Amino acid sequence: MIVVSAVLIGVMFTAAVYLLLRRSIVKLIFGLVILSQATNLFIFTLGGLQKGNPPIVPEGATTPPMPYVDPLPQALILTAIVISFGVLAFTLVLMHRAYETVGTDDLHQMRGTDR
Amino acid sequence: MNPIIVSPILLPLGAAILALLLPRRWTKAVGVFGAAALLTAALFLLRLVLRDGIQVMQIGDWPAPFGITIVVDIFSAIMVLLTGVIGFAVSVYSLFSIDPKRHSYGYYVLFNILLMGVSGAFITGDLFNMYVWFEVLLISSFVLMVLGGERAQIEGAVKYVTLNLMSSTFFLVAIAILYGKLGALNMADIAVRVSATQDNLLIRIAALFLFAAFGIKAAIFPLYFWLPASYHTPPAAVSAVFAGLLTKVGVYALVRTFTLIFIWDRAVTHNAILVIAGLTMFFGVIGAAVQFDFRRILSFHIISQIGYMILGLGLFTRVAIAGTVFYIFHHIIVKTNLFLISGIVKHIKGLYDLKKLGGLYSSQPFLAFLFIVPAFSLAGIPPLSGFWAKFLLVKAGLGLHAWISVSIALLVSLLTLYSMTKIWAEVFWKADPVEQDNSFKKDKAYYSMLLPIIFLAALTVVISLYTEPFLNVAFKCADQLLNPSHYIQAVLGDVAP
Repeated sequence: MIVVSAVLIGVMFTAAVYLLLRRSIVKLIFGLVILSQATNLFIFTLGGLQKGNPPIVPEGATTPPMPYVDPLPQALILTAIVISFGVLAFTLVLMHRAYETVGTDDLHQMRGTDR
Repeated sequence: MNPIIVSPILLPLGAAILALLLPRRWTKAVGVFGAAALLTAALFLLRLVLRDGIQVMQIGDWPAPFGITIVVDIFSAIMVLLTGVIGFAVSVYSLFSIDPKRHSYGYYVLFNILLMGVSGAFITGDLFNMYVWFEVLLISSFVLMVLGGERAQIEGAVKYVTLNLMSSTFFLVAIAILYGKLGALNMADIAVRVSATQDNLLIRIAALFLFAAFGIKAAIFPLYFWLPASYHTPPAAVSAVFAGLLTKVGVYALVRTFTLIFIWDRAVTHNAILVIAGLTMFFGVIGAAVQFDFRRILSFHIISQIGYMILGLGLFTRVAIAGTVFYIFHHIIVKTNLFLISGIVKHIKGLYDLKKLGGLYSSQPFLAFLFIVPAFSLAGIPPLSGFWAKFLLVKAGLGLHAWISVSIALLVSLLTLYSMTKIWAEVFWKADPVEQDNSFKKDKAYYSMLLPIIFLAALTVVISLYTEPFLNVAFKCADQLLNPSHYIQAVLGDVAP
């Protein structure tokens, strides 16, 4: 399971980097989306992929029934998903606006501020 | 448990909410009031920390490594104080210099959210929480950058947003590795566990990712290209607050992690930082030399100044860390002031292009004097504050026989002087190249812009001439940073080794 996950994450990061290096702003957005999803999967995998009970303490007991899974990576991913959702929505609007104002979807043409 | 510890987060948040809810005519007052309240709270906070030591608050009363911890040591308190100073100065500056359209789209709401994000990043003791604050300040800075929607702003924002999203990804990857390896997110807890598992490959990789993430934010050597491409595009007030605070959040995070967590292999990490510091200083100042736009010159100088701050971190002695802290202190005030001055020049003359400016010394002699103070301070002319900051760093470098770093630092300050002289000669000294009508009237926008400049220039003069108390605080701060056990003990209590 770990191996499958690791390969998948690797492929996603590769695809994201490839897309980020393209000139089109649409591919740039796709690259950013895949990059953030790859990161979420990465947190999930490194948090430990194991089967277990939910970490809820039953009434009368002091610990959850063994073996239980660590809930924290999922909480982290949830936060990261929400944040990246908001930021990517903003990026989408920004890129659309950039396409309208600059009149091109080619990143190499957006050099007005570099000179 | 003292509520003042979380006030740097709550006050700007409250101001932002009020500015949203209250009628439009109250927005400006609430915006300025939020920043002023932050400044006041930060003063009390610094006094509290200097008197009673590191202040800790466990959010929700969860014991230390499990909940989110707010930690304010001297370094955090200084940074929050600077956030308050800059926030207050720029909020007054924005009163009439930001056009009504930007105001009606919630300029002060975003501004206060930005202050909240910056303060939050400075006082959190939890790595993941720091990521969240980074995102808070990033998203508000994104909107502030494009607010107004001019073509240059949009183009600059494309670069700024993309690079900063990359940096956030790196940060998350580093957090994932640290959590996967150590099972901790609390920075003090991570520090304890890292020192217990020395020389581990995964931790090195995490350190590298964190360095890259904070390096993009701080604009260090190979990662700085987004900064001069974007910082000169928004209105002067916005670029001033970005220039003063945002890159320094990256520097703060670098100093925090590389004095608290990654200190076990300094021969590799801190020497690498030293090399990068030299390159950052050098390429920043060289980049500025060929520019002829007021704010683009200043943007490149931010980069070279970041090099100085990182230099102190790389040298890693008491004097060097104190130098870094003092440098940050001096730099934030001076650099913001220079950007504010560029804005007032724009207000008077209508442009930023050095070649088309001129003659301001004869028409605005007082403004010319106000420019001299931060400009010479930036270059490090004695007795101004930049001189003391550079003196500490050079002294630390000479003590360690770091000849190359010291010579680069001295050369770069010479080149900084060259740039500042260029601005002086082109904007103030030479005759006005275009015969414009000099009928500029001093309107209320002019005065609302001039007052913060006077305030910051006066602060620079105070730091320059009355240096000792500031140096004392810087040295106390360095002592605290170099003894992470204080920080760890304050957070984790007596369970820490």
